[in-house]
Amino acid sequence: MAAAGALHVPAGAVGVGIGHFDYQASPATREANWLRWTLLTLALGFFAVFLLLPLVAVFFEALRKGWGTYLTALADPDALSAIRLTLLAAAISVPLNLVFGISAAWAIAKFEFRGKQFLITLIDLPFSVSPVIAGLVWVLIFGAQGWIGPWAAEHDLKIIFAVPGIVLATIFVTFPFVARELIPLMEAQGREEEEAAIVLGASGWQAFWRVTLPNVKWGLLYGVILCNARAMGEFGAVSVVSGHIRGLTNTLPLHVEILYNEYNFAAAFAVASILALLALVTLALKTFVEYRHAIAMAATTEQNQ
Amino acid sequence: MSIGSRRFHVLPGFNLALGYTIAYLSLIVLLPLSAVLFKTLTLSFGQFWDIVSAPRVVASFKLSFGASLVAAAINAVFGLMLAWCLVRYRIPGKKLIDALVDLPFALPTAVAGIALTAIYAPNGWIGSLLEPRGIKVAFTPLGVLVALVFIGLPFVVRTVQPILEDLETELEEAAASLGAQRWQTFRHVLLPILTPALLTGFALAFARAVGEYGSVIFIAGNMPMVSEIAPLMIITKLEQYDYAGATAIALAMLMLSFVLLLAINALQGWNASLRTRKPGGKS
Repeated sequence: MAAAGALHVPAGAVGVGIGHFDYQASPATREANWLRWTLLTLALGFFAVFLLLPLVAVFFEALRKGWGTYLTALADPDALSAIRLTLLAAAISVPLNLVFGISAAWAIAKFEFRGKQFLITLIDLPFSVSPVIAGLVWVLIFGAQGWIGPWAAEHDLKIIFAVPGIVLATIFVTFPFVARELIPLMEAQGREEEEAAIVLGASGWQAFWRVTLPNVKWGLLYGVILCNARAMGEFGAVSVVSGHIRGLTNTLPLHVEILYNEYNFAAAFAVASILALLALVTLALKTFVEYRHAIAMAATTEQNQ
Repeated sequence: MSIGSRRFHVLPGFNLALGYTIAYLSLIVLLPLSAVLFKTLTLSFGQFWDIVSAPRVVASFKLSFGASLVAAAINAVFGLMLAWCLVRYRIPGKKLIDALVDLPFALPTAVAGIALTAIYAPNGWIGSLLEPRGIKVAFTPLGVLVALVFIGLPFVVRTVQPILEDLETELEEAAASLGAQRWQTFRHVLLPILTPALLTGFALAFARAVGEYGSVIFIAGNMPMVSEIAPLMIITKLEQYDYAGATAIALAMLMLSFVLLLAINALQGWNASLRTRKPGGKS
């Protein structure tokens, strides 16, 4: 697991254990007051400067010239077409990677075979590849000098510097998200329940829909949320394949770049604030899903005891 | 728990699931990545070496790897502190802080890039404080470092935090009852337990930082030999239609990332074995 793979926080590990145990009550786990305050000041100061400040800056800069400028920037036809393309890329890549994630998790978590660990490492590959390289690979295949490029040009198929290239680059960078969440979860759940369903006469699909899916639904949703956030926010990979044609091949993050490079800062930050809102919604949903998952896990543990 | 390997499966769908997984993986990831290798093979080794050892390219590698190392080290220190505070102390709004730690994962990199640039530019909130003291952040290598610190923080917090939450306080109580000072307990009891997770977080933050593009290019200023990162060199070559040159740099980066990936997997294996060995761990 690499790079954004660390997104995989064993759901339930976060937020559940917090605050339930008072470490400061026992002298063995207590720090001196000065030390505690120093640690808190440094850690929270770091948090405020490096994480909070950029977030605040986006909305501050976006509204600096007032709501009028803000709304004009968002209602711009190029901005609207960028929103449409971003939604389209996510709408194609997320379901494809969802199906892949489920299929990979079913094979890896429910069966034993040789080379399993190697397969997991390969699935993680896109996380450890620079986004720029994730775009480059599609240029090498479909570009003018690429493998399929000349053939595609003959048949009037535009892939690079067109929408299909953007979709392919998005699929590549969001490839591992769902699989990454589902594999450990389905491994932890074992296969007894599905086996029982099969023995009782269920078909494979019935076992999957009625047993597996309900068991992993929160983990699945978690993976989809993260996958979607990355799909809508990807910059480096789509930047390589997009060609930056306004109104045609610009996603929201690319539109932010264009406006920024034109020194149209208010508009750039206005569009950026949409993406920042998306990030906040993602974090809220993610926290909610972790919370529901923790409850579900606690309920299962209780049942088993 | 399920029994280890077995020859007969009750569950259906293995061939379909594995077949589809491998086909999709090959089509979307392996085949495209192999194009990097094949494209580089059109170069002789001498040509490849000339491209990756050109002074401007070497300078970009040095900046990318150097700044990523320093950023990951900063994140290891402050990430550990933040994880410690989140687990151990009562903080008002802790749930909110905890959720916002993942912001760099969720915030599109281009947005982070322009926000950081606005803050650290000479007329920005922090930039205007540093400018009179002669410290320039935006449009210098220091700006690259700031962006990489932002992007890497959650990796350390999220790998260390679960380990801290799982820690049995008995260990610390035993250390204290044997007369250890708080610092000694931390140094000799807690730190050895946390080290694999810290190293994993460090490696993940480093790996992400080396390839990072969106959040860096706005704040870096992109001056040749000074503040150009390696991924930008790929873009620069591509814009000159020098596909082979871009690919050679990409291959060099891929090889380094692959070594990193192996190291991370080994570290995580170590981490997991430490967690499962401990009785009562939530693993």
